[in-house]
Amino acid sequence: MSTKIEFKYSELFRQAVIDAFKKLHPRDEIKNLVMFVVWLGSIWTTIILFLPGQLNLFNIQICFWLWFTCLFANFAEAMAEGRGKAHADALKKMRTKTMARAIVDDKEVQIASSDLKVGDYFVCEAGELIPADGEIEEGIATVDESAITGESAPVVRESGGDRSAVTGGTRVLSDRIVVRVTAEAGHSFLDRMIEMIEGARRQKTPNEIALNIVLVSLTALFIVVVFVLPPYAHYNENQAGQKGVVLTSIPVLLSLIVCLIPTTIGGLLSAIGIAGIDRLMRRNVLATSGRAVEAAGDVDVLLLDKTGTITLGNRQATEFIPAPGVKVEELAEAAQLASLADETPEGRSIAVLAKEKYGLRGQEVAERFATFVPFTAQTRMSGVDLYAEPQPQPDVKKNEMAITGRSKAASAPPSLAIEPTGHPIRCIRKGAAEAMAKLVKEKGGQVDQSMMNKVDEISRQGGTPLLVADGGRPLGIIHLKDIVKGGIKERFAQLRKMGISTVMITGDNKLTAAAIAAEAGVDDYIAQAKPEDKLARIRKEQEGGKLIAMIGDGTNDAPALAQADVGVAMNTGTQAAREAGNMVDLDSNPTKLIEVVEIGKQLLMTRGALTTFSIANDVSKYFAILPAMFGLLYAASAGGRGPLDKLNIMYLHSPQSAILAAVIFNALIIVALIPLALKGVKYRPLGAAVILRNNMLIYGIGGIIVPFIFIKLIDMLLVLVHLAP
Amino acid sequence: MTTIEIIQIVLFFGLGIALTPPVGRFMAKVYKGEKTILHPIFHPIENVIYRLTGIDPNEEMTWLTYFWAVLLFATVGFAADLAIFMTQQWLPLNPQKLPNCSWHLAFMQAWSFTCNADWQSYAGETTMSYFSQIFAIMVHQFLSGASGLAVLVAVGRALKRASVKTVGNFWVDLTRGLLYFVLPISVLWAIPLAWQGVPQTWKPYPTASLMEPYTTQVQKTDDKGNNVTTNIQLVLQAPKLDAKGQPMMANGAAVMIDVPQVDSKGLPIMTNVPVMVDAKVDTQPIPIGPVASLESIKQLFTNGGGWYNVNSAHPYENPTPLTNFLELLAIIVVPMAQVYMFGLLVGNKKHAWCLFNVMLALFVLSFIVAWYYESRPNPVMAGAMPNMEGKEQRIGVMNSVLWGTSCTAIDNGSVNSMHDSWMPLAGMMPMWNIMIGEMLFGGIGCGMYCMLFHVIITVFIAGLMIGRTPEYLGKKLDAWVATWAVIGVLVPNAACLLPTALAVEVPQGLSSMNNGGPHGLSEVLYCFAEAANNNGSAFAGLNANTPFYNIGAGIVIWIGRFIPIISILAIVGRLASKKTVEASAGTLPTHGLTFGLTLTGVICVVAALTFFPALCLGPIVEHGLMLAGRAF
Repeated sequence: MSTKIEFKYSELFRQAVIDAFKKLHPRDEIKNLVMFVVWLGSIWTTIILFLPGQLNLFNIQICFWLWFTCLFANFAEAMAEGRGKAHADALKKMRTKTMARAIVDDKEVQIASSDLKVGDYFVCEAGELIPADGEIEEGIATVDESAITGESAPVVRESGGDRSAVTGGTRVLSDRIVVRVTAEAGHSFLDRMIEMIEGARRQKTPNEIALNIVLVSLTALFIVVVFVLPPYAHYNENQAGQKGVVLTSIPVLLSLIVCLIPTTIGGLLSAIGIAGIDRLMRRNVLATSGRAVEAAGDVDVLLLDKTGTITLGNRQATEFIPAPGVKVEELAEAAQLASLADETPEGRSIAVLAKEKYGLRGQEVAERFATFVPFTAQTRMSGVDLYAEPQPQPDVKKNEMAITGRSKAASAPPSLAIEPTGHPIRCIRKGAAEAMAKLVKEKGGQVDQSMMNKVDEISRQGGTPLLVADGGRPLGIIHLKDIVKGGIKERFAQLRKMGISTVMITGDNKLTAAAIAAEAGVDDYIAQAKPEDKLARIRKEQEGGKLIAMIGDGTNDAPALAQADVGVAMNTGTQAAREAGNMVDLDSNPTKLIEVVEIGKQLLMTRGALTTFSIANDVSKYFAILPAMFGLLYAASAGGRGPLDKLNIMYLHSPQSAILAAVIFNALIIVALIPLALKGVKYRPLGAAVILRNNMLIYGIGGIIVPFIFIKLIDMLLVLVHLAP
Repeated sequence: MTTIEIIQIVLFFGLGIALTPPVGRFMAKVYKGEKTILHPIFHPIENVIYRLTGIDPNEEMTWLTYFWAVLLFATVGFAADLAIFMTQQWLPLNPQKLPNCSWHLAFMQAWSFTCNADWQSYAGETTMSYFSQIFAIMVHQFLSGASGLAVLVAVGRALKRASVKTVGNFWVDLTRGLLYFVLPISVLWAIPLAWQGVPQTWKPYPTASLMEPYTTQVQKTDDKGNNVTTNIQLVLQAPKLDAKGQPMMANGAAVMIDVPQVDSKGLPIMTNVPVMVDAKVDTQPIPIGPVASLESIKQLFTNGGGWYNVNSAHPYENPTPLTNFLELLAIIVVPMAQVYMFGLLVGNKKHAWCLFNVMLALFVLSFIVAWYYESRPNPVMAGAMPNMEGKEQRIGVMNSVLWGTSCTAIDNGSVNSMHDSWMPLAGMMPMWNIMIGEMLFGGIGCGMYCMLFHVIITVFIAGLMIGRTPEYLGKKLDAWVATWAVIGVLVPNAACLLPTALAVEVPQGLSSMNNGGPHGLSEVLYCFAEAANNNGSAFAGLNANTPFYNIGAGIVIWIGRFIPIISILAIVGRLASKKTVEASAGTLPTHGLTFGLTLTGVICVVAALTFFPALCLGPIVEHGLMLAGRAF
């Protein structure tokens, strides 16, 4: 979706600037206590400006920069929200009221889409907008869901099965469907999307709350630390007999407080959270809550369906094993001939293998006169009959099989109404071993025992053997096998490094499951899995305190999706699944879960890194501000420097320039870190100790060193342009 | 450093570390209720105690009940102590006929001893009767140590648990600790001390005739026995300035003159000083008593409240090099062992050793810094001697510094030299050790809680940085845990800074300072730092036996004791109720160099950010002034 919506960055920027000012309202500021302290400080310094004798360049600048600290934090939040708002606006336009063709008492009635109730039925035909979320009860249609998913290719939606959900606001392209309403206006998927994106329901996540408590406590501590300084200083002033040499004016103390309290993380905290959800959205994953995103970072166990996630989803031919006395080329040619009209992925893979391995090209067949025998559940085989003369052909292209895919193919075989003429010269068949053995026997042949052993062996390894025969003569075996997706093993290894173990769920028998599990490198598998098994496994892992993520699409996945800590529903899935999960993947790409986990981790890492950075920064600010405040104390001579001036290790020019430089750095660093807050700290699966070490070096040690450099530079600049003495 | 001193240091650390596993193992066994060699003797007694008090040893408490039990126990002890101190005049075992303590002194001391702070704002031998010393002070040196340890045991036990609401039974932990561990080890340690000449007697003080009678100044008292004071103008030393306003120098140091102080209106600033009169002295009472037993418990269980005012600098508390070494070792042996015990209780020895190493590193560092500044001559004084002010000649610099850093690192608070007289930056190290929470080897329980707060904060920040909800020992940390961890760290810190600010603003606070300048601030800061962290060592130099300091310190001690206890119990109570997650490759390891360094960083940064400004105005500026030739 987001990939399709064009952003004008200048527009986003302009809106964020306006929002930054709007957010100065106390109602908004009080939501973030750390920044609220800065806000109060800004007001206080502003009031001070109007007191007699206080209107000087230094106080004005402090006041200015304190306000800007608030504005920068607001700006960061507004920037993070901006992209989402643009999305939401685009989606809102889709929510325009349409008329629905509701079915009341078996009659079609035109009612406003907003009047549709859960359980109502409506009809939708080609060219019409679907008025509400629902489940297809009748019919099959191609639907343009690009408005939601950004994917321009139409998708097929049909009653029954796992692809029955339609979303309000999408458009039917062909055919006619009858839909049962599952969500009323205002609670639809689109509404939920808009709400999520706008962040209207954005609640603070558990980790965010905990971090906020730490930050607020630190703020309270620093307020104490700073406000005990005037008494300590006055005591020393009295002892030194130097009244008023310590700078303890309110603007100075407020500057010190603002510099010390964790404004960097405080100002960027909500932006980080919003940006996390936004990053997910840009990968076409919708999270129902920030909590779910955070939980994704914590996942310990990943439950994955085998088909479509780990394997390519369809079995593919990998090998031709000729029968004794048969050349492998002969087998390959026969297998290819038998599969030419087979539009199933398995059939295509056979043709492809023959072509790639033995250079057999499909068109050679066109010269022959052939009739194709399709697969049926009764015969459990398919093939081709070759004739000496031309044969009338059924038009395979027009068959609806092409659109509706595999599930339809089995139930509705293309009709072969045209009787072949003459006697075939060859009768090539491929199919299940027992069925083929029977056929061969009927035609007077015999399948060799060594062949049957081979069949058993392939089954044991988790493969599917297909026997190929020409009439009564067995030619050999095609080895069909689940193909593990390229690179998936590496991804699982990566997950393992992250500390996440993977469990494969499959309906296959144990042998097949074990073979694929070993090849894909998953840590564990559940074979012959029933939906209850998934739920039981999730419960069992959760008992052990682990966080579970799973991906599902079917209605029977719904309980497991609901039980899992992170349940990602495929957008192509059923309405039940989409509601049970706490995330919806609009691309319906199961491997996306890995990215979701990464985004969850990034979210936490960014918070941690900026907290560390923020606190580490304080060291340099002490070395800027404390000597500025105390530098003259216990000076040996009037106008001379006291011993604490030695703490001015940056050789900042004057007390005023030093304090200003620290305050300015403190404000600008928020702006400088907005890109990091929005993009997130890069996550690499290196193991906890290594990640900690790296981030500590960058944000901890870096956080100590960086401000020394920039405070010095700002100080030099201030002196250069005469903004500070 | 001489060879003998190096040998002492090596022996000190070596023996401490070597004793850690066996003592820790023994403690863990005791608290788990497993059989030890002492079982045949004490098990029947333990059962009798339960029967007499009606305690069901199998009944478990929630964290909050446990806390109420700890608080109740301390409060009853407080009431008893208060009564004893305020009536000791009429109670037996008072051969010196010492008068009753003032109510404010009694208030402070009662909390001080029941909270294991043992901070003393009085001179023991001239204030407390034998009865008070034994039944109010020594008893609580056992009880407060044992109850602090009991809380740590509950903490360790709770962290090991999962999905339960209870953390153990305080009365059982207390009884077992006292019977099997605290009493036996104290008796064991008292024997060599008594053998080396530490008094262990019930006789009244003998009186010795002085060979050289002398005249001294004592404070004048009126007929009611109240001190007589007078108001005089405050006079401070300041460098003498020449005509150009530059300080006049002589022999490389500024020439100092007395400057009468005036306030902004030009009126003299007055200060209250005692009126002194001459008194001739020709006899001297020799204070003695059952010192050895007190000495042993005082050193072993981080009490630090000595029999004598000068504590272990006194030749009767610490007569020989051997007693000095044994008392020094006694400071660290139980605190070191309890870290190991904690590891055994939570079932993660690697984590315990990591904490141990962090503690050891910070400890050694503070010792080195302090020793560096103490072993150099004072630049204000001419001469090559190291700084011997406030030290016993026989104890010397190294042993004084080692003792000073040990007793503050470990929440012990006994002294064998006066920290007040250390060099500014050397004196800052004991103060620093106290301010970071006296977590180095964790005192008897209490410092360990403080360490755990820092561990939790570290795990929290570090956990986020690796991209997971922070976990500690397999338990996920949530907002509740974060809240109590920051309360546990921040409240004692604020309880140190705020009263200090009050003290330097009001005359009641200022009048107690013995020294002016930044050193005065250091004295007050040290006073409240040790109260807030239950140390009880004195920086000295501050007359704290006044209503202001007694009440203030009493309250701060209470806060410094019970806020950390309720915080840590609240944390582990929460964690005990959670499920334990097995560690995976994605879990932050709570051991190893990276974690150790991160933890060290967090400890130092939190303490430095809190106290650096205050320290700047105390010891740091004093150090700068000393280099410029001014001392206070």
